[in-house]
Amino acid sequence: MIETVGLTKHFDEFVAVQDVTLSVQPGEVLALLGPNGAGKTTTVRMLTSILEPTSGEAHVAGFNVATQRDEVRARVGVLTENHGLYLRMKGHEYLRFYGELYGIGQEVSARRAHDLAGRFGLADALGRRLGEYSKGMRQKLALVRAMMHDPPVLLLDEPTSAMDPHSARQVRDAIHGLRGDGRTIILCTHNLPEAEELADRIAIISRGRIIARGTPLELKARLLGPPLLELRLGEPLNGLAENIKDLVDVDSQGHNWLRFRAADPGQTNPAILRRLAEQGIPVVTLSEVPRSLEQVYLRVVSESGAPQPVEAK
Amino acid sequence: MATMVTIPEKTHPGPSRWWAVVHWNLSRALIVTRREVIDMFRDWRIIAPIILLTIIFPFIANWGAGRMVSWVTQYGAEVVGERLIPFLLMVVGFFPISFSLIIALESFVGEKERHSLEPLLSSPLTNLQLYIGKTLSSTMPPFLGSLLGITVYLVGVYFNVGWIPPFTLLVQVILLTIVHALVMVSGAVVISTQATSVRAANLLASFIIIPMSFLIQAEALIMFWAQYNVLWWLLLGMVLVNVVLVRMGTRIFNREHLLGREIDELNLIASLRRWWKLTLARRRPEDQRRSALRWYRDEVLAAVWRMRGGVLVAAAGMLASYFIGVRYADIFRIPPEAFVVDDWYTRFASLLVDAGLHGLQGVLLVLYQNVRVLFLASAFGVFTFGVLTVLILMLPIALVGYLTSQMAVAGMNPALLVAALLPHSVIEIPAAIIAGAAAIRLGASVIAPPPGKTVGEGWLTALADATRVWWCLVLPLLLIAAVVEVFLTPTVLLWIAGG
Repeated sequence: MIETVGLTKHFDEFVAVQDVTLSVQPGEVLALLGPNGAGKTTTVRMLTSILEPTSGEAHVAGFNVATQRDEVRARVGVLTENHGLYLRMKGHEYLRFYGELYGIGQEVSARRAHDLAGRFGLADALGRRLGEYSKGMRQKLALVRAMMHDPPVLLLDEPTSAMDPHSARQVRDAIHGLRGDGRTIILCTHNLPEAEELADRIAIISRGRIIARGTPLELKARLLGPPLLELRLGEPLNGLAENIKDLVDVDSQGHNWLRFRAADPGQTNPAILRRLAEQGIPVVTLSEVPRSLEQVYLRVVSESGAPQPVEAK
Repeated sequence: MATMVTIPEKTHPGPSRWWAVVHWNLSRALIVTRREVIDMFRDWRIIAPIILLTIIFPFIANWGAGRMVSWVTQYGAEVVGERLIPFLLMVVGFFPISFSLIIALESFVGEKERHSLEPLLSSPLTNLQLYIGKTLSSTMPPFLGSLLGITVYLVGVYFNVGWIPPFTLLVQVILLTIVHALVMVSGAVVISTQATSVRAANLLASFIIIPMSFLIQAEALIMFWAQYNVLWWLLLGMVLVNVVLVRMGTRIFNREHLLGREIDELNLIASLRRWWKLTLARRRPEDQRRSALRWYRDEVLAAVWRMRGGVLVAAAGMLASYFIGVRYADIFRIPPEAFVVDDWYTRFASLLVDAGLHGLQGVLLVLYQNVRVLFLASAFGVFTFGVLTVLILMLPIALVGYLTSQMAVAGMNPALLVAALLPHSVIEIPAAIIAGAAAIRLGASVIAPPPGKTVGEGWLTALADATRVWWCLVLPLLLIAAVVEVFLTPTVLLWIAGG
């Protein structure tokens, strides 16, 4: 698991990360979102014991990142923003090298390399030099490298960047699997749909501070208001908005549809459907208008001058 | 779940722990070394020149040596040929080694530019293991190439002119080759960990190339002079330099700076401001309310205490130099008759006037001379980790030991010399020792900055301490010593001489 309390990092006068408090449990995926230069990479580097925090504390897999660096690094798998492969090495040589660094025997290393590479469709490419790999293949091999030593904690920076949809799907499925194994995962990504799909919780960081955190649903409810629902009829509205104004406030309407907000759809929707059924009005669909994490993100980041972080309850 | 790296401190209690730790560090360093060496051999741009230099150049050197020996023999100058052959042996060994500098320069900063450094730094490799691994990988292939080149040359020379090197000379050349490589690699790795780009590292390499070229020329002189015993002293000096560089490299190695620094910025104005602030030592608001005496105690005398290691080194060096001077008095004797000067004390006062050593002018002259010497000694010490400072301080004391011994042998009263020096020396020598200690600390701050500080921060702190100590202690002491030397010492000397 990962626990940080008041984690802060200064570079001379520049404050890169300020007072970051996080908790990520085993089997949980936290997506760390933020604009470029927000402090995501600095935070991840502190959690891998490369950078020493200026103040605050962080524990990764039960070890202090400042005082137990070797123990932390042995238990963390990192996928860095740049894959950082040695292009003259062959795939299996590269994985064996990192296996050795993490104390894995050659036999175990070879087996694990084969299994993990096979999961990402790289098994046949392990005999080739890394310089011959495509961008997506290099990214996948870097992910395999991060997983070679079977770490309980994974820090993944843009894991599906430069990947085709099929490869990206493979990686996402792998992350689902890792979560199921009880690993603690922090995911840094600009791919908001991916974050929404994979993350149990989201933390948005801007100018070094966490400005919003919570599950995707919580963040949407808190920051975007009650869910927006759309009712589509099989005939023109014919004044339906007036008809149901005692039940809901209509947000917008068209020829045969209207949208409304419902703080408690479980109460509101059945009432609306009952009334329409009583009046014999044909209903085509009643569904929630999808709201994206992007809307949440853009709203939060544009308001990031706010003095207090927005906490989703 | 995870396969962990076991640390021997926890698994090997007791006496076997030391060996277990060494073995563990070395075995993990060799993981890095192995990878780098294999990678190197896959790069034809590295291997081709090493092979060419290893095989072709010894043939050229051998052919050249053979031709030279034949030519100089015609003119009865066989000695030139005899000295050339061992010299070329050393050159043949050095050329492949020069590649170790280039390989080492890009060992860290090259990986940073290729973005392969962060995964390595995120692994459980310790700083020491990474450092040793990179150093060995930069040294070994060129060293093996060098040995091969030496072998090719020796075989060729044997069949060409029938020359077999004395065993001692061969050992010296091989050891020189090793220490050349280690010194260049240690220095280059230090540069590589501090530079922000391969280009910057290559430019900074001149700090290694220029001293090494002087060293090679010195070794060439020694080889042609055939004073091979001197090579042992050179070897010892280079081993010490290597130890210093390795210590410096491991001490200043910092993962954070390695990854974090992207741009080299030298902000002189900010550095000067920082130096001034550190010199005034007003760290907290309450510091500004201190009395002058309190400030002097807290910041000047405390700074001297911080330099106590340097004080010991400077004092010990100066003491040792006295006995070195005495020792050399036995070897290089001055004829006793050179010391007899009749009625010297009648002309003594006019001698002082002629030399300008009278009155205020004399005080200023003596002060200027002492300040100049100590300042230059300190300045040289900055670039030589304090070594030249100590050597320069030792020279006058060695001279005193030498002259005292000669005077005693000549039957003169050595108390005369003591009287000529003592009154002002009791003040001047402590001032010199303190100035020397400040310079030693300034040089040493580069090797081992205080924990948590960069090389620049540690150096600025040491410079601020040195500035304070110079202005508030050394200069006042030198001024007092100059006054004593001009107004008191001549009187004491004449009184002792009975004049």
